[in-house]
Order: sequence, then C-alpha cells, then structure tokens
Amino acid sequence: MTVLIDKSTKIIIQGFTGKMGTFHAEEMIKYGSNVVGGVTPGKGGQKHLDRPVFNTVKDAVKNTGATSSVLFVPPAFAADSAMEAADAGIKTCVAIVDGIPSHDMIKIKRYMRRYSKNEKMTLVGPNCAGIISPGKSMLGIMPGHIYKEGRVGIISRSGTLGYEAAQQMKDLNIGVSTSVGIGGDPINGSSFRDIIEKFEMDDETDAILMIGEIGGPQEVAAGEFAKENMKKPVIGYIAGLTAPKGRVMGHAGAIVSAYGESAIEKVEILKECGVTISKNPSVMGETVKSVLEKI
Amino acid sequence: MDIHEYQAKEILASFGVTIPRGGIVYSPETAENKAREIGGSKWVVKAQIHSGARGKAGGIILCNSPLKVAQATDKLLGKKLVTNQTGPEGKIVNRIYIEEATDIEKELYLGLVFDRSSESIMVVASTEGGMSVEEISKDKPESIIRSKIEVAVGIQSFQARELAFGLGIEPELISRVSDTIVGCAKAFSELDATMVEVNPLVISKQKQILALDCKMSFDNNAMFRRNKVSELRDKTQEDDKEVFASDRGLNYVSLDGNIGNIINGAGLAMASMDMIKLAGGQPANFLDVGGGATPEKIVKAFKLITMDEKVKVILINIFAGINRCDWVAEGIVQALKKIEIKVPLVIRLAGTNVDKGNKILRESKIKYIEANTLEDAANKAVAVLKK
Repeated sequence: MTVLIDKSTKIIIQGFTGKMGTFHAEEMIKYGSNVVGGVTPGKGGQKHLDRPVFNTVKDAVKNTGATSSVLFVPPAFAADSAMEAADAGIKTCVAIVDGIPSHDMIKIKRYMRRYSKNEKMTLVGPNCAGIISPGKSMLGIMPGHIYKEGRVGIISRSGTLGYEAAQQMKDLNIGVSTSVGIGGDPINGSSFRDIIEKFEMDDETDAILMIGEIGGPQEVAAGEFAKENMKKPVIGYIAGLTAPKGRVMGHAGAIVSAYGESAIEKVEILKECGVTISKNPSVMGETVKSVLEKI
Repeated sequence: MDIHEYQAKEILASFGVTIPRGGIVYSPETAENKAREIGGSKWVVKAQIHSGARGKAGGIILCNSPLKVAQATDKLLGKKLVTNQTGPEGKIVNRIYIEEATDIEKELYLGLVFDRSSESIMVVASTEGGMSVEEISKDKPESIIRSKIEVAVGIQSFQARELAFGLGIEPELISRVSDTIVGCAKAFSELDATMVEVNPLVISKQKQILALDCKMSFDNNAMFRRNKVSELRDKTQEDDKEVFASDRGLNYVSLDGNIGNIINGAGLAMASMDMIKLAGGQPANFLDVGGGATPEKIVKAFKLITMDEKVKVILINIFAGINRCDWVAEGIVQALKKIEIKVPLVIRLAGTNVDKGNKILRESKIKYIEANTLEDAANKAVAVLKK
C-alpha cells in the first residue's frame, strides 16, 4: 500500500450533493477513485452520481465499508464534519475547504485525542489540494494527468506549487508514489513530520520532496526528524524569500512571526539537517533528479 | 483583522479587565470637554492607528490642562504617523483616545497567541513591560513565563495564579492580576482572537491593576460568526489596494518593487516572487487569484494591478489544474478588451491544455511576451524593464 490511499480505498464524499462536492466527486470517479457514496444530512436514501447518499457518516461507513472521506462542506460546518468522520471510524479524512477558523482546528485536534493511536483518524488539510497516488486513487482536487506514476513522495503546503513540482518531474520522466497536500493553514491536521514519517516507512517511495513556505515550525520539525530517523533522501524547497515579515501571504499560515520562520532561516536549518535544497522553484524537478541519480 | 487600542480596551473591560478612564473623540472641540468629563489633572492624548510604537513616533502626548488636550488633539488629527511597523507611508490618524494619566509603579507584559508548535493557546507574561515582546525575548528572555491553555476547559484559575506569582506580584494584588489574565484569555477564546496583547499591564501607585495599552487581532476566517467584531474594522488603516482586493476575494499584499504579479495559488505566488528576485527584479505585489483563476477574478486582478503606479511590467503565471489553460487564456483576452494595459505583459501558462491556451493568446490581438517556465517568465519580466 502506498501512503494513506490505494486503488481499493473506499471513499465517501461529505457534502456530496453540493456543487463543489458533485464536481470534484465526478473528477475523482473519472480518475478511478473508488467513491462508494456520500453524506448530505437530510438527503439519506437518495442516489447521487449513481451512488447512495446517507444522512450520517456512521450510516455511510456501516453500509459501504468506507475508510476514507473527502470534505466539501462550507468552513462554518467543517469542524463538525471532521469530528463526525473521526467518530464514525474513518481512517483518512481530507479537508479541502479553505477558511476554517483556527479556534475550530484546535478543537478538532483536541477532540481527536480521545482516540488511541491505532484508532485515530489521519486528517489531511484543511485548505489543501488533497492526496493522489498516481494510477491508483485520488482524494482531492488536483489535475490527475500531471502526475506520472513513480517512486518519489511529495508533501506540499501549496496546491499549485505542488502541481508545478509534479509537472517539472513528469517533464524529466520522474514519477510520484503519493503526493500529499497538507494545506496552508496555521494549524493543520497532519504536519510535514507526520507525513514524512509515513513516506520513510513506505516501500514504494525512494525519496521525498518537501515543499514548504514561510511561517510556523513544521518544516524545521520535519527536517530534524529526517536527520535523526530517516534513511531516504529528502529534497526541500521553501517559498517566500521575498515575503515581508509580519504579513500574511495568501495562506493564513504563511506569516513570519518568530525566529526560524523566514524562508532563509528555514533553508539554513534544513541544510544542516541534510536536506537537499532546490535553489529556486524552477529547478525542483532537476534537484529531485540529481538526488535520485545518487541513490 | 486588527482593531484600535480603544476598541480592544472596551472589549477587555467587558471581560472584567480594568482600564483607565477615557473616551474617544474625532475633533479638537470635543476633546476639551471629554477631558473635563474624564476628570483629573493630567491626560494622555493617544493617536489611534493600527500600529504599536506610537509613542516614539510622537503619537502619544501628555497634557496637564483640557486646553492642551484640545491642542494636542488638533496637532494629531489628520496627521500621518510613521512608526517602525507602518512602513514609510505611515497611517492616518482619524480618531483620538483621551485617557486619564496613570501614576505607574510597575510595568508588566501580558500576551496571548496561538502556539503553532503545541497547537494550543499560549499565555506569555513578563516583568519587563513597556518593551516589545521581541525586545524582551532578545534582552531579558529569563523574565518570560508561559502557560498553555487547554482549550477543552479554558484557562484555569491556578494557571492565572501561577503566572501572577511568577511575575512576583505582591500577595494582596494576586487575585486582581489573575482576574485580568483570565479576562484576557476568555476574550481570546470567545471572540476568535489570534492575538491579545496588554503592554504594559501596570500596577499604579494607587495599587490598581490597569491595562494601559492593548492590541487585539482576530481570525478573518471566523468573522462570519463575529458580527460585532467585524464592525470594528477600520478600512482607513489599510492599504487602499489591499481593501479593494479583500472586498473582491483576492489575496493581495502591496510591496515596494515594480513587477506586478497575477498568480493562482499562494505558494506559487510566493515562488514566482522569489524567481523575480533571483532574476534581479523586485515584485510590486503578492497577488493570489485563487486556485481556479476564473476569468472574473482575472479581470479584477488587472484592475487592481493597474491601480498601482509603481508597476512597470505585469507578470501572469497561471498553473491550470482543475481548470484549463484555454479557458484562462480566453479570460485574459476578455479582460484585456475591458481594461487598457499600458505596461508590457509577460504571460506564462502551464498545466492542462497549455498548448491550446498559448495558441489562443498568440492568435488574439493582445501584445504580450510568451514564457514557458517560471524561470523564463521571471527573466523576461526583468529583461523588459532593463530595455
């Protein structure tokens, strides 16, 4: 199994019958993702995209055996939906939605502490592009065709910058095992460190490209983890060299507020951790290639 | 979203924090009366702008008569104050807060922020009030004490007491300092704040515990459920172009350079700015039109960029994911029929249907420079400037 998802992974869509949910569910089905149904409270019993609609995530899990979900509910209701998924036994939940209040994210993470490590749901996002294992399955909104099947893992905060990397790699004939978008919010479900650890244990991944940006401690935490615990090579790029201090750069989490959070500081620390740095965003693919050649 | 000092004080007062007597005025005529109404013999006239370090910029004036209060108000109103946080253009003073002067015995620091490492709310306190938290961390790091709030139950009295004792507060004042800390923590949690800072929190010679200066910021993502807070927004304190952008769902930050950017996605936007810098240029802005880059958003983005007179060349970099380059190209062509662009245009499209997109642009009548990669786009934008 690749990181987090596989061809057989049964997926439900939360917010299935809405405009966003419908559009992206169709794209996912076209890509070959095993979408087995969805949830829209009050529409249980109906059919949508030839698949059953349920009132609750628990009903959906019971009737379909789904283990993964993708959230397409508005930000005001997203925290509630994520906790519902956790409580219904969903193992991987991808929150695409942008705009969840930080106080809600803290509550979700606090709520999930009630589950033991083995029972705990992996929340990916919010404000992310989702997860794709090329040729197998997609839980997200990315353009599937730019990802070539292969053996490099990608973790990215940004959606489009992750696409840029996948395209550069494809142009150099390098494929991707799984790409995980962890999202641009200050408090997110899974950190770089959480996902990089999964890639280290994944026997279908040879190297990991980590695409970070200014703000927060997560890139550095992942670098330190890699230095202590990883055998696979890590390639990194940090966006935001020109970002002024104290300003939010689009992503709610992209703000430099402490030492070690600027692009230059992160790059220096990652280098010390043994991460190979892509010197600019135009050579992410080439940098991955040069590292793969040394393996 | 930031608010003014006097607004933050009113909010904290409603959570049981004691503040000096004061009132807001918009004209020198009302200032004199306001000073009399407040009473006492000394007043502080404080310019209300969204920035700290106002004292050093001349925005805070101590007065010993109501007449002088009026004169100080007259001097400050309508003025642009430049502090180390406002940038060289400064911020306009439209409101004045008049406050009774406090006899200070001791200045403390109290702040609440999100701690991204522990993903919790952190209370930070120090005996070194009056300095910025950055200065305290640099010069007196040993004076800083911290406490994490468990969000499931909120701040507990013992935590506030521990902090108060940690600050060396005398026993008879402990409960009032604790109440202040609890009040600030409740305001933070209940109003979706991202920052509460009371600096300084003072102990007066009369043994009062007073929030002398306050700052609060709020989570923009939570404004849908905070109507009262969102009404406190003061657009005069924001960059005009940034207000225009935020009202239209665009993420925009005004910068000092001359290369205007239109990009989809925040990460790609930052990366494109980095490429510009590496190519020897300076970005005029950060602008994320959203992952989808719809034609409507592109029209708005052109309007926004053309408002900025510094811009000498525009770089468009769109990675079409779920949308398509041909659709984006149509959007650009349509937008340029509505808006006249007087500066050179560099366009780089990538992703879905890139060939179709480039074909549409080439066959249209628009004048532009085509680029293929991120690097190519940045180099071409910088090269145009040098000509």
